[in-house]
Amino acid sequence: MFEHYLSLAVKAIFVENMALAFFLGMCSFLAVSKKVETAIGLGAAVIFVLAVCVPLNQFILASLLREGALAWVDPSLATVDLSFLSFLVQIGTIAAVVQVVEMAVDRFAPKLYAALGVFLPLIAVNCAILGASLFMEQREYGLGEAAVYGIGSGIGWALAIIALAALREKMRYSNVPVGLRGLGIAFILTGLMAIGFLAFSGIQL
Amino acid sequence: MDKQVKGVLFDPLFNNNPIALQVLGICSALAVTTKMETALVMSIALTVVTAFSSLTISLIRNYIPNSIRIIVQLTVIASLVIVTDQILKAFVYDISKSLSVCIGLIITNCIVMGRAEAYAMANKPGMSFLDGIGNGLGYSLILLGVGFFRELFGSGKLFGIELLKTTTDGGWYYTNGLMVMAPSAFFLIGIMIWILRTVKPEQMEKE
Repeated sequence: MFEHYLSLAVKAIFVENMALAFFLGMCSFLAVSKKVETAIGLGAAVIFVLAVCVPLNQFILASLLREGALAWVDPSLATVDLSFLSFLVQIGTIAAVVQVVEMAVDRFAPKLYAALGVFLPLIAVNCAILGASLFMEQREYGLGEAAVYGIGSGIGWALAIIALAALREKMRYSNVPVGLRGLGIAFILTGLMAIGFLAFSGIQL
Repeated sequence: MDKQVKGVLFDPLFNNNPIALQVLGICSALAVTTKMETALVMSIALTVVTAFSSLTISLIRNYIPNSIRIIVQLTVIASLVIVTDQILKAFVYDISKSLSVCIGLIITNCIVMGRAEAYAMANKPGMSFLDGIGNGLGYSLILLGVGFFRELFGSGKLFGIELLKTTTDGGWYYTNGLMVMAPSAFFLIGIMIWILRTVKPEQMEKE
């Protein structure tokens, strides 16, 4: 059992890296990777939100939306299949969780809140969160798997953004062709990093 | 066509491209570009969703309370995406299978949200609809451009029709394996941005 979870975690962090293999969360990935410090803050917030949202979405899916899931309310509802609503429900959950997380962080860790600033609410529209939830739904993970997958893909995404931010900080000393400066070179850097992460493909524990 | 309509419709293609200049909506864009077919379906889906979400939000813009506007926009977009997803599943099931989670990810595609927030909230329904189509086209342009190179060089085909006869079929073309992998999409978009900014230097980022 433990090995299964470990293998899933390794797969989520390295082999199927959210940012570099599936291109998810690219908008903030490119926009917030100019400084290592902010990249770390955003990375931590994404890990946290993913760790809460993916298992929560799994729970809602399994107990409310899937065909036959409503049987616990009343046996006559056993044939009801609400899974077409999953997009709407999942994005709602994510938005709500982000809101709650924001208030909780503000209340209990004001220092962290100040450091994360505007990135915290923006996580609601980070495709990595919805992407992980949708993958979880597609692959029909159980609750435990969903939790591991959520945390793992969060760590993977955070690793990638911190690495890119470090590279971009060093880039300041390089002589990049004028038209390529900024966004263009960031894309090419990400591509090179993705090649690096390709080396992990096929790894199994 | 009068000038304003033309501007709203065609500016997002080159002058104000949502992907190349505004860095919006690249998330789901790159994963679908290994084949022209999926890229085309994705482009159409996104253009339709953007156009109708802008139209809807513009129609109700005067009734949306400012404090909850994000959640209202998300609900409108998510509903439209559900409709699109169901239509694709009903009519082009194979393509919808190969797009996997990408259709769902239109919800968090920043282009849709961005146009709703930046344009539709302040403009009339007709113009918002055109703005949605224009930005959808700008997105499609990059998507199809990347898809063209990736499918042609990655598997020697376009829309599934063989153009370069590959060595596996006894032809002469040795397929470029990198092109079907994730990194090539980054390189292609990086190069496209480079070309666009060399042609139009005013799009360069300020240091």
